[in-house]
Amino acid sequence: MTARAAYRLPAHRRLTLALAAPVAALILSLAVASIALVLSGSNPFPAYGRMFSYGFELETLVDMVNRATPLYLSAVAVAIGFRMNLFNIGVEGQYILASIIAAQVAAELSLPAPLHLTVIILVGMATGSMWALIAGVLKVTRGIHEVISTIMLNAISISLVVAMLFRQWDVPDESLNQETAEIPPSGRMPNLNGFVELFTREISKGRVLWGFVIVAIIIGILYWLYVARTRPGYDLRASGINPLAAEASGVSPKRTVIVAMALSGAVGGLVGLPEVLGRDYAYGLQFTQNLGFAGIAVALLGQNHPGGIAIGALVFGFLDSAAPILDVHGDAPQEIVEIMKGIIIFAAVITYVVVQRRRQDEEARAASLAMASSEADPPAEGATDAAAPDSRPAP
Amino acid sequence: MTPALSLEDITKRFPGVLANDRVNLTVAEGEIHAICGENGAGKSTLMNVLYGMLPADEGRIVVRGDEVHFRSPRDALAAGIGMVHQHFMLADNLTVLENIILGAEPTGRAGRIDFARARRRVAELSDAYGLDVHLDEPVENLGVGERQRVEIIKVLYRGARILILDEPTSVLVPHEVEELFRNMRDMCARGETIVFIDHKLDEVLEIADTITVLRAGRTVATVKPEEVSPRDLAELMVGSELPTPEARTTAAQDAVALEVKDLSVLDDDERAVVKGISLEVRRGEIVGMAGVEGNGQVEFVEALLGIRAPAGGQVLLEGSEINEWTVRQRREAGVGYIPEDRHRRGLLLPAPLWENAMCGHQSKEPYSRHGFWLTPKAARQRTRELIAAFDVRTPGPDVAAHALSGGNQQKLIIGREMVMTPNLLIAAHPTRGIDVGAQAAVWETLHRAREQGLAVLLVSADLDELIGLSDRLLVVFRGRISAALDPATVTPRELGAHMTGAAADVEEPQPA
Ligand SMILES: Nc1ncnc2c1ncn2[C@@H]1O[C@H](COP(=O)(O)OP(=O)(O)OP(=O)(O)O)[C@@H](O)[C@H]1O
Ligand SMILES: [Mg+2]
Repeated sequence: MTARAAYRLPAHRRLTLALAAPVAALILSLAVASIALVLSGSNPFPAYGRMFSYGFELETLVDMVNRATPLYLSAVAVAIGFRMNLFNIGVEGQYILASIIAAQVAAELSLPAPLHLTVIILVGMATGSMWALIAGVLKVTRGIHEVISTIMLNAISISLVVAMLFRQWDVPDESLNQETAEIPPSGRMPNLNGFVELFTREISKGRVLWGFVIVAIIIGILYWLYVARTRPGYDLRASGINPLAAEASGVSPKRTVIVAMALSGAVGGLVGLPEVLGRDYAYGLQFTQNLGFAGIAVALLGQNHPGGIAIGALVFGFLDSAAPILDVHGDAPQEIVEIMKGIIIFAAVITYVVVQRRRQDEEARAASLAMASSEADPPAEGATDAAAPDSRPAP
Repeated sequence: MTPALSLEDITKRFPGVLANDRVNLTVAEGEIHAICGENGAGKSTLMNVLYGMLPADEGRIVVRGDEVHFRSPRDALAAGIGMVHQHFMLADNLTVLENIILGAEPTGRAGRIDFARARRRVAELSDAYGLDVHLDEPVENLGVGERQRVEIIKVLYRGARILILDEPTSVLVPHEVEELFRNMRDMCARGETIVFIDHKLDEVLEIADTITVLRAGRTVATVKPEEVSPRDLAELMVGSELPTPEARTTAAQDAVALEVKDLSVLDDDERAVVKGISLEVRRGEIVGMAGVEGNGQVEFVEALLGIRAPAGGQVLLEGSEINEWTVRQRREAGVGYIPEDRHRRGLLLPAPLWENAMCGHQSKEPYSRHGFWLTPKAARQRTRELIAAFDVRTPGPDVAAHALSGGNQQKLIIGREMVMTPNLLIAAHPTRGIDVGAQAAVWETLHRAREQGLAVLLVSADLDELIGLSDRLLVVFRGRISAALDPATVTPRELGAHMTGAAADVEEPQPA
């Protein structure tokens, strides 16, 4: 048996297959959106054309990445839970609460820049983590399903945020701009415009590329390492696949729930920070909500895979950032992108199954080639010569 | 007379494996037809083709003279063919009744399920065939024997006249096997036709009217039980002579590997199911714990592993108390485990074999470094070794566990425990579903490991396995050790009587 696992498909083939599903989903969603556009009396082609040309302008791309960054973090937070069949609906509440607390701590601290930022990020993660842990502890000690508890916790955290905004700053109720105090420059995330402009032209229209995308990339890499390359990550996956077998293998189900919730919440705590540290320098009313829920969709689209989630987040970011152009020119209502997002998720779920089956087939075929050509004594006489007719690659 | 069923030149390829190679099978009306063959010979595949679960690549299926083309089990059921799978397919969280009628619910007014009618019908069936089940129990609380009866009723409820049973006896204890055989004869007397798969040759010879042997995807023989001996049959299956079991020697050392003192354990409903069991397993000794399922063995094993906290008593490993140890601590200390149900507690079915091989040893070399970083390359290599050493029939370590035949999955589990050279092996029905040839090899492996000082607690209801493997036998009955027997002198009959409690009341409980 010298032939090294020949039935693992070559890397490029695995990549193509991995990309096939999202691409197919995208095409399908374009098709369905076109039908919707035609039915509503618009011509889809100029609309797409404009979305496309506007969408690939540098400023729009910057906007796309800025929108994708929180989506990515949110989806990773959700995916950590999904990996062991935990449904953390609570990313929403975790990031809102984490953002306001991090913003407040950031405004009150004065530290040298790198340290200041690090502390803010850790405060956000800790807050998100604690908030998620409540649900974890309730599940482990009281058997309360995490969907119920995280939905409740979402409501509580939103109320808490409102209460904090109004009490802390003692502003009259009618005032519309309740905000936490401004974060000093040492606590702001530097933008990446300078870096990008090294390779491209100057970014105009006052757009900035938030530096937080770096944090998101690091989180993505850590997530991948954790799940694919560490023993606790294996434990997490095993519990997701077969909790009883995982338990017998030495994985404590309770501990795994706690760890998964804590990690999910820690990543969830980061979701609001790109805005707070990169744009608003405070927590205020312009703060974007619903990113926690959007993350569930993106995690689904990316099949909990760090790379898949990145693609999903970028696609959604692209649609969001390119959509406004539709209204400007009156080609189509920009809400059409919401339809597209829905179809993408729907189509992705289907195409994944198809692609997966295809991949299994190809792997098995490669396996049969490997078996037929291996000189090692055949495991079963029938199996080996049997493999021959099948081993010829399909035309 | 037209046969009930005939399969002609059935060929089924899985990419990479030719599972069925022009198989022919003719089943006469009202007969019990056994299918035998090695693990991976293609028995389950053939039955899945017949049941419409898998499309055949080539060949014809003829039912009572008419050629049929099943596209799904629904079509097969409509033609009166029903199947009980090797691995049960019940919804754990539904009750027995709900499971039986699932997908074939009788509806009353306004499309609502008519549970009263369903209950009557199911009760009739279970009475008529003597298949005892608790209709309102959630399936997750049932033992294997009862799960199987549920599966059989489920198929009968759908009006099957030809019944396919894939390894029905491998999960049953002797008296349940007798009961099943009685049921099977009754069913045949009522006009049912039965096709079943079995690895136990004496059982096959006892019950079958006709036997078809498959090897490496081909039909090698169709024989009548009167014409063959178990040995002939085994040789037909394996294609060569069976190894003869070596003479019994003792290798027991003085050092005690596992000591259990007065252990009691509660089940999920807080009922005491293990009531003060004490026993010892020495290094180099195989202690058989014989018992009919449901006498507390599952909970006892869970307590030994650390999955279930004991209600009282002590567990000592190599002399130190381990009551407070986690499962992982115990496994790292060299406790190996072969679960009684490979799918429930044993495997990560969609995961590749190498990830299954490390399951239970993920914190140890060569699967991980410092108990933290996984080492997939080394893990694959180790998996390749164990695949070769334990004759797991598969292309390699990246294949998903669900693509293995049942017996090969079992061999993988045995292999993954044995390659880690455990100090103590807790083995529940280790050779369940394994063919005669592989069984001999597993026994051989266990005997050799025993000579190296391995202590084995063998929890089983399989008389051959218990008598053939054990150095000492303990019988567990209603949560207590009811007898200690010598496997060298005890007969299967006596052992069976002890297990069912028929002999228990005359004997004093005598802990090891
Ligand atoms: N879904 C699948 N994908 C790929 N190969 C498969 C699949 N199912 C079965 N096989 C292969 O087909 C062959 C026959 O398997 P099958 O399950 O029919 O064996 P079997 O005779 O029932 O064995 P056992 O006694 O172990 O249950 C085996 O080599 C197995 O690995
Ligand atoms: Mg089988």
